[in-house]
Amino acid sequence: MAVLTYREALNRAMTEEMEKDPNIFLMGEEVGHYEGAYKVSQGMLAKFGERRIIDTPISENGFAGVGIGAAMVGLRPIIEFMTWNFSLVAIDQIINSAAKMNYMSAGQFPIPIVFRGAGGAGGRLAAQHSQSFESWYAHIPGLKVLAPYTPSDAYGLLKTSIRDNNPTIFIESEVLYGSKGEVPDGEFLIPMGKSDIKREGTQLTIISWSRALMYVLPAAEKLAKEGISVEVLDLRSIRPLDEEGILASVRKTNRALIVEEGWNVAGFGAQVAYLIQKEAFDYLDSPVERITQEDVPMPYAANLEKSSLPSEDKIIKKVREMIK
Amino acid sequence: MSQPKTKKETEDLLELYRQMLLIRRFEEASAKAYSMGKIGGFCHLYIGQEAVGVGAISALEQKDYIVSTYRDHGHALARGLEPKALMAELFGKRTGIVSGNGGSMHFFDKKKNFMGGHGIVGGHISLAAGIAYASKYREDGAVTLCFFGEGAANIGSFHEGMNLAAIWKLPLVMICENNHYAMGTPEYRALSVKDVSVRAAAYDIARDHIEGDEVRKVREHVKVAVERARRGEGPTLMEISTYRFRGHSMSDPAKYRTKEELEKYKQGDPLIKAEKDLLAAGWAQEELTKMDEIILKTVEESVDFAEKSEEPPLGWLYKHVYAENV
Repeated sequence: MAVLTYREALNRAMTEEMEKDPNIFLMGEEVGHYEGAYKVSQGMLAKFGERRIIDTPISENGFAGVGIGAAMVGLRPIIEFMTWNFSLVAIDQIINSAAKMNYMSAGQFPIPIVFRGAGGAGGRLAAQHSQSFESWYAHIPGLKVLAPYTPSDAYGLLKTSIRDNNPTIFIESEVLYGSKGEVPDGEFLIPMGKSDIKREGTQLTIISWSRALMYVLPAAEKLAKEGISVEVLDLRSIRPLDEEGILASVRKTNRALIVEEGWNVAGFGAQVAYLIQKEAFDYLDSPVERITQEDVPMPYAANLEKSSLPSEDKIIKKVREMIK
Repeated sequence: MSQPKTKKETEDLLELYRQMLLIRRFEEASAKAYSMGKIGGFCHLYIGQEAVGVGAISALEQKDYIVSTYRDHGHALARGLEPKALMAELFGKRTGIVSGNGGSMHFFDKKKNFMGGHGIVGGHISLAAGIAYASKYREDGAVTLCFFGEGAANIGSFHEGMNLAAIWKLPLVMICENNHYAMGTPEYRALSVKDVSVRAAAYDIARDHIEGDEVRKVREHVKVAVERARRGEGPTLMEISTYRFRGHSMSDPAKYRTKEELEKYKQGDPLIKAEKDLLAAGWAQEELTKMDEIILKTVEESVDFAEKSEEPPLGWLYKHVYAENV
């Protein structure tokens, strides 16, 4: 089994898919000659040429629309947003065109497109470059939303996204690109709507995804040393959501804590909490809890940034309260 | 453009006139049905602008693509979409062109490369660039025609779409149907230029500007742009000046303009112009009246069909939210 970085795993997934299907192309700012702002597309221009690895000017609304138009006539674009923060100027295209085209046209025009790029909080990038948008996109019927944590998941889910006939929002974590992990040799796909238990436990389930797992997993480790057994469920796929997987784990542990990097108000964790209270109410030994980014734009100062995000300490404290 | 000289030219104009008349009668029937509460939502009529859609679309081949706006009835009929299916769509019936999922602003017909009526002003311009991009990618020789209003010429998507089409030399013809009002705002209060097509200079692409009252003239000019696109010489930005005789939508009484202004423009009604030319070329009035009767019957049948069709079954509510993966 090879050990790959998160960015190498994404690169491998795209490269393999593009080798198979000439209808797939990669388009975005700096994806070609610069080889990706985060080097995800390293080596791809040399391999596929300018016809299929296309540098764009800074115009997200424009090239998001170009991708959707190309998908209307059967191409399968991968559109890279340098960061998801810039997707906001393309949000009309993503919501009003990509998500709704198949519905509005009664199935005549499916949009097989992947929008992908760096997302999430952190890195002292301040308010406009440091935020999580999973909840925003998960709100929209017609979109699928994925946020992998490990290189292996990144590989398997990106391949599935590229083959899916619907618009997929694939949010990579900016701070995970260099993280390493084992990726099985040979091709494999990970289905959407299937969560993964990253750690087994018996007393409480922490439901999380993407970069927030960086805090959750070490916290669970420390709690284990205190004798508190925490199960960690990585959603990976926000929409479709693995409702059965969530409920099975909560019915086993009888407690649920949702840890997310996005804001609290109308955040995706609220949807998960609703699901749990509705379908597993009788199993709960304590109220469902959430730990989120604080309800502020991201500050720049190192201490303030840190204090606004979920952390190991916050998680450990909350779990202890819930277990009491 | 002078009146037709040969028999072939006359017959050609007759066919274009027939298409314009179909649009006019279809729209009049739509207005009536709307006022009776049978059509819901927004309903933007094309009355007065027929020469633009018919002229431009007649310059295309079947393999070419059309991207339209929320004012899409005329473009759809000019492309040969079935009036019955369009009327049924307006009525929100299962027999509609998109099964009642779209309504007035969202006609689509894949078989005819009719790539949709799109409801967000200007949002569709970059989609059109994307369809043209795919033609370039595949080298299929198709051209994409994109209609939009002068109001859309101020939106970001217009400028981004133009720039991308220009740098990639996409086979795209952009037609600004300038009807002088973006809803109730006259062009001089919203546009920094008097002629949208001069904005082509900013992107170093070809431009054209014409009056849109003569259907054959429209086709001739659009053809030049289409051929340029097909030769791989890139996009063209055209402004075709026109006028809508009705309000922005059915809910707009158009009080922002004077009766005199409307009357002035009605003198330039493209249907009257075409009719005069046909009569001058020796076509009998009775023939034209007979044509009108046939068209009226077609439209009546489409209303009847829409009326009698069933609403979509409730079980279709979730159909098509996601495409199947096969």
